[in-house]
Amino acid sequence: MVKVKIWGSLKNFADGNDYISVSGSNFKQVLDDISLKYPGLKPQINRGVSLAINGKIYRESWFIPIDEDSEVVLMPYMQGG
Amino acid sequence: MDQITPKPVKQFKVIGTRPLRPDGIEKVTGKAIYGADLSAPNMLFGLMLRINEPHALIESIDISIAEKLPGVKSIITFKDFIKINPDNKYNETLENCIANEKVLYDGHAVAAVAAINLNIAKKALKSINVKFKKLPFVINIEDAMNKNAPLVAKGKKNENIPDGFSDNVVQYCSFGHGNLEQGFNESDKVIKRTFKTPSVHQGYIEPHACLASMSDDGKADLWCCTQGHYNVRSICSNIFKIDNSQLKVTASEIGGGFGGKTTVFIEPIALALSQKSGRPVKIVMSREEVFKATGPTVSSLVDVKIGMKKNGKISAAKAIIRYEGGAFPNETYELGAQSAFAAYDLKFVKTEAYNVLTNRPAQAAYRAPGAPQSIYAVESVIDELCQYFNHDPLYVRILNAADKGTKSSYGPTFEDIGLKATLEAAKVHSHYTTPLKDNQGRGVACGFWFNFGGNTCVSLNINFDGTVGIVEGNPDIGGSRSSISQIAAEELGISLEKVKTIIADTNSLGHNDVTDGSRVTFSVGLATIKAAKAAKKELCKRAAKLWGIDEEAVIWKDGYAYPAGANAGIQDPLSLEDIAKVSSQTGGPIAGHYEVNAEGAGVSFGVHLVDVETDLETGHTKILRYTVFQDAGKAIHPSYVEGQMQGGSVQGIGWALNEEYIYNNEGKLQNPGFLDYRIPVSSDLPMIDPVILEIPNPGHPYGVRGVGETSIVPPLAAINNAVSRATNIRFTELPLSPPRVLKAILNNL
Amino acid sequence: MKKLHVNVSVNKNEQEFLCNPEDTLLDVLRNDLQLTGTKEGCSTGDCGACSIILDKKLVCSCLVLAAEVDGSEIDTIEGMANGNKLHPLQKKFLEHAALQCGICTPGILVAAKALLEKNLNPTEQEVRYWLAGNLCRCTGYDKIVRAVMDAAFEMRNENGSNYT
Repeated sequence: MVKVKIWGSLKNFADGNDYISVSGSNFKQVLDDISLKYPGLKPQINRGVSLAINGKIYRESWFIPIDEDSEVVLMPYMQGG
Repeated sequence: MDQITPKPVKQFKVIGTRPLRPDGIEKVTGKAIYGADLSAPNMLFGLMLRINEPHALIESIDISIAEKLPGVKSIITFKDFIKINPDNKYNETLENCIANEKVLYDGHAVAAVAAINLNIAKKALKSINVKFKKLPFVINIEDAMNKNAPLVAKGKKNENIPDGFSDNVVQYCSFGHGNLEQGFNESDKVIKRTFKTPSVHQGYIEPHACLASMSDDGKADLWCCTQGHYNVRSICSNIFKIDNSQLKVTASEIGGGFGGKTTVFIEPIALALSQKSGRPVKIVMSREEVFKATGPTVSSLVDVKIGMKKNGKISAAKAIIRYEGGAFPNETYELGAQSAFAAYDLKFVKTEAYNVLTNRPAQAAYRAPGAPQSIYAVESVIDELCQYFNHDPLYVRILNAADKGTKSSYGPTFEDIGLKATLEAAKVHSHYTTPLKDNQGRGVACGFWFNFGGNTCVSLNINFDGTVGIVEGNPDIGGSRSSISQIAAEELGISLEKVKTIIADTNSLGHNDVTDGSRVTFSVGLATIKAAKAAKKELCKRAAKLWGIDEEAVIWKDGYAYPAGANAGIQDPLSLEDIAKVSSQTGGPIAGHYEVNAEGAGVSFGVHLVDVETDLETGHTKILRYTVFQDAGKAIHPSYVEGQMQGGSVQGIGWALNEEYIYNNEGKLQNPGFLDYRIPVSSDLPMIDPVILEIPNPGHPYGVRGVGETSIVPPLAAINNAVSRATNIRFTELPLSPPRVLKAILNNL
Repeated sequence: MKKLHVNVSVNKNEQEFLCNPEDTLLDVLRNDLQLTGTKEGCSTGDCGACSIILDKKLVCSCLVLAAEVDGSEIDTIEGMANGNKLHPLQKKFLEHAALQCGICTPGILVAAKALLEKNLNPTEQEVRYWLAGNLCRCTGYDKIVRAVMDAAFEMRNENGSNYT
């Protein structure tokens, strides 16, 4: 299982937790499992999310590997100027 | 102009030097072709009809007289688009270009005309009869959030909005960690303040311009000034329901963007006018249109509460951020919430952010979008706490600075970052200890930006004469062609004069994300290195053929192929030129290419020092001295890195001292021109001293971080702090224009 | 309406054009004479991107009516280099990286040349005040001011009269 930190305003859609545990060994599997286990997070995932894996922000890469002990943080999808 | 490189890093030959830019001569002789400079045979001139009402229901648009005028060739309204693609996923973008059912802000377009000359087009606009019903409107954040506020748009609200607000509050987020209450209880002093910043415009000197030609079968050519022509293609091909391959978009030279040219405003309109008339159509915006209907950035209302211990340690921090970005939802509020406390290592921290709709033009990204506003508030409160405890403001920032291993306020743990080194560099700089006189104040502030990667393609072609052509797809907004050529020369081991980089049109190279997020030198640079590596591999293969040895027995070093070791035999090294000259005989042209969605961009921090003098009789503030310290990771072309640091700082100075969108009671913009919307001019400023630090980004082979955006973040608070110290009055609202400062001085007497 | 016939010298070439009474000189330079090096940033005289020299005077060409210039001498950015030999200001702008996007550059070069023709030894403050009518949004002006000062220095040392 991978421990994923979610941001504050998503807590209400994840039983009030800061962290959720999901299964998966890459970006896509982790996101898919989040959508499956926490359907309340789906609207946000559809709007766009990034994943910070061990401090590096990934916006899209589905097949970036994620280990059980990786630090994984769900973040909004970033776009800028 | 100093450059500080703390530890010895890889030695470079071309990178870090300051060659002349390759597009320079065209640009100093007037030859460079920008958006408005191109014309086509049989071209028509397009103009847009804009309604000067903040909010109105469109009842009818009668074009019957206008379309009969001699010389008028096509007229379009939103209805012409509905027929094309009802499922268009860029409908909000289109509705910002041309109003659908409602006029949503002062200056919103409702129709467009193409005619054989501008005079006829102007006449046609006057004879279009628009009937509308005025609606109640809302301009300011507080008013728009209020339960009883006029509703800007229905059905835009996300599922997670807390109760108690109007439906203009459409987006909400929060970030942070730890038990805030515990943190505040541990504080020796808590300061809570509310800050306001106005909408400001990116202020690029080149108005939006495009030239479009589209035939009935959906084949189209579009020329425009944009930060991302592939994005223009995505949006327009979706709106017109045509294949990507059939719409060729060419980016002109671009006269500034700063985030404001990352979307479309006139391009779909010109395409539609062209398709309807069967002739090419050029649209060039006026400056008034640029101010009224493009940009600006969000305005903000931010509460910040920070607790500090006597020793200067921050014990808890909270911000409530409210951004207003006009009549359409946007993501800027999230970036504001994430960046607010990014500079600090905090155990207890929380940010909440709301995005609010108003009857203003849709915000567009502006250099580090969202970060200057929230960080302005945070850095101002930290300065006030420093004053309260009589602590040195740099000491406090160093004490609390985020570092490698810090769990950032927005979630991830930082890798190598340059904040502490940047703060230390500021502390020992002569600027920091120069004595000040009466009515002068010194301000300090930190700034932060994430920096992006993204989709990037580079093709590197080795010509038969040993020169190298690079094809990339990101409009060059501040000298990136030079940096990319330098990277290729470095990697191939050849001289810079042998390399030329061009920006491809959308049909000549795969998709490239917008030139945004300070991503170009990082991402395109990364792809250039990989493309060069691919080319070197092929060069080695050819050398192996020429020598009759195994490919693996050849290595590339400093521009030459060498046998890898004694076993490979003794051969005179072959230069890139030697191999290129016979490439036709050894298998054909040699090239390398690389396509990637680059990830791993490194965050960047900056620290600004500013000395100001405030005239107590007029409220006018003069910038006396300005020094910028910023971590560039690695400066490829230091002059253009300095240029980014200086330019961003001066945009921030304008934001802090003068720039603001001013609306009257009727919701109409009062200052849509450079006379009344005052951006900094040369006589307002001193030299801006840049100090580049180089703390390599572990995610890039040369250590590059983005440099374009961080520099606009600190000036707002740095100047606010300097003026507050000069006058002994704490300011909480920008701009610190003479009337505002004078009023505060008079109230304080 | 009948068009007006105008004779003019542009960059030392005799030219003629027809214009409407309301056309600006900027419109004619860009659209009729194809001299698109002169840029339009605001059309209200606030940004200086359209700076040209009209009868030895620095003006915003967006504020001049084309019909007014009959018999005048006009210098634009296209006439600044001597053939392919750059003017020292152009050279120094490249050396100092005094341009980023380059849209304001033609106007600033024309304005700076007008300054150096009056005063080949300007102080930093004089440069800053002279160029205050030319907006640049990219550079923060630092490198522009340095480039102008350096060009003045070089022109003084190489006998400025060659360039005026």
